[in-house]
Amino acid sequence: MAKEYETVIGLEVHVELATKTKIFCGCSTAFGGRPNSHTCPVCTGMPGSLPVLNKKVLEHAVAVGLATNCEITRYCKFDRKNYFYPDNPQNYQISQLYLPICRNGYVEIETKEGSKKVGIHEIHMEEDAGKLIHDEWEDCTLVDYNRSGVPLIEIVSEPDMRSAEEVIAYLEKLRLIIQYLGASDCKLQEGSMRADVNLSVRPVGEKEFGTRTEMKNLNSFRSIAAAIEGEKNRQIDLLESGEAVIQETRRWDDAKETSYAMRSKEDAQDYRYFPDPDLVPVSISEEFLEEIKSRQPEFRTEKMKRYKEEFDIPDYDIDIITGTKHMADIFEETVALGAQPKKVSNWLMGETLRILKEKELDPEDVRFSPEHLAKLIALTESKAINSTVAKEVFEVMFEEDVDPEKYVEEKGLKTVSDEGALRKTVEEVIAANPQSVEDYRGGKEKAIGFLVGQTMKAMKGKADPASVNQILKELL
Amino acid sequence: MANIIDDETIEYVGILAKLELSDEEREAAKKDMGRMLDYIDKLNELDTSAVEPMSHVFPVQNVFREDVVTNGDESDKTLQNAPEEKDNMFVVPRTFDKE
Repeated sequence: MAKEYETVIGLEVHVELATKTKIFCGCSTAFGGRPNSHTCPVCTGMPGSLPVLNKKVLEHAVAVGLATNCEITRYCKFDRKNYFYPDNPQNYQISQLYLPICRNGYVEIETKEGSKKVGIHEIHMEEDAGKLIHDEWEDCTLVDYNRSGVPLIEIVSEPDMRSAEEVIAYLEKLRLIIQYLGASDCKLQEGSMRADVNLSVRPVGEKEFGTRTEMKNLNSFRSIAAAIEGEKNRQIDLLESGEAVIQETRRWDDAKETSYAMRSKEDAQDYRYFPDPDLVPVSISEEFLEEIKSRQPEFRTEKMKRYKEEFDIPDYDIDIITGTKHMADIFEETVALGAQPKKVSNWLMGETLRILKEKELDPEDVRFSPEHLAKLIALTESKAINSTVAKEVFEVMFEEDVDPEKYVEEKGLKTVSDEGALRKTVEEVIAANPQSVEDYRGGKEKAIGFLVGQTMKAMKGKADPASVNQILKELL
Repeated sequence: MANIIDDETIEYVGILAKLELSDEEREAAKKDMGRMLDYIDKLNELDTSAVEPMSHVFPVQNVFREDVVTNGDESDKTLQNAPEEKDNMFVVPRTFDKE
């Protein structure tokens, strides 16, 4: 019988911090600018230029460290990691090796097997590299340095995870904490959160770790799970056939759902770190720490508890709404504007999730304002518009964040409250559909539905179906 | 000279530094590096066990910038450093493996 194996996984997670400027210079970090339009001598590594640390980067890094139960290194500094590659114009990356900002933390994850602590070895601050674009036409590579110098934190876990499920739970937890802190939007697809997976296998019961490989280029939870499964099996197959696992960096190919070893040249692990002489050390005072602590937000667990106590909405709704900071913010702000919590929750859980799914968007992509959602709810509550019209208005609001009051006014979507006009239309519909009238009178209750529909159609949807129903019953 | 740099080491250092050395340059570099290491050995004779490692030459700490954009589009200046450019980007030899 084949031996039983255990998978041992550690993660290196890079997170792009939500700052306006780069880590060491006043260039914008805005996404999507013209190539190289956000560059200067500092972030392109010109000799004689002087990097100066962005204070916001330090604040975000410390906030994430505190939220993940880390010790904060009170005296820290930056080091140079030397390597040659066109995405790195300085020929070194400014990072932290000897005195990283945070150490020895953990986060709690929940899986089917219960809760578990995943250790955090360290968190350090560093700069991102430029972007390489392959030019098929001319068979060369083009470099855009707009991303060069964008602030990152790298969160290095302990090898505490044993399955893809635990890895996903850990990443979800980190993402929630960081989003709640407002330190990053953590979008895997867009690269503001990136995970490298270190994986080894060993026979169950073995104390020593096996030889590990590092997997890069994983940009969705789905590909992370697939890569873990594939790499685990590849290593077990090697061991079972008497071969050895080679310590190497492998690149995941999402289209082919397989990984391949990167060239050894790309993998030269001799970075010759040394302290960066251009940057002065950082000494963290008690006051600074206290200030960051006082700014820590209400995290998800506390928020869920409070929602349960304050709002009469189902646990399932609470789970989804607090699942992203952005949704929770919209919910709370809309409720604060006077909308009934259950109604707000219904719009978020129903139409919002439906459109997000349809358009393959994330909750963070929701752009309508709480003010507008509150107005839309008020319009339906006062019966100024019916639910069908409300859904139509919502779709436009979702796309363009229009003011529903103005939109309803401009498009003339208000429910016709003039009873005379409504009664007249109903009379016309009755006259035009003798068969349905006959059916209804003959006991076919369902026939009234057809007549309501016809009336709504004649009113171009701008009637309250309940009133139509009432008038119909009256006249029949 | 107490420290002898062998051919393998100089080859490796050359790869890391992206330098192609001629035979004469290689021999000269081996001697230079040996002498540098001799000097380090000399420094190592000092007892520094009670000295805090120095992290910076000036007694300065906590120099920060506020998170405010101060730089505009100066890509024309940045691209003056490009040996070749296309679509406002640097052109470099291909970095991706052929499939």
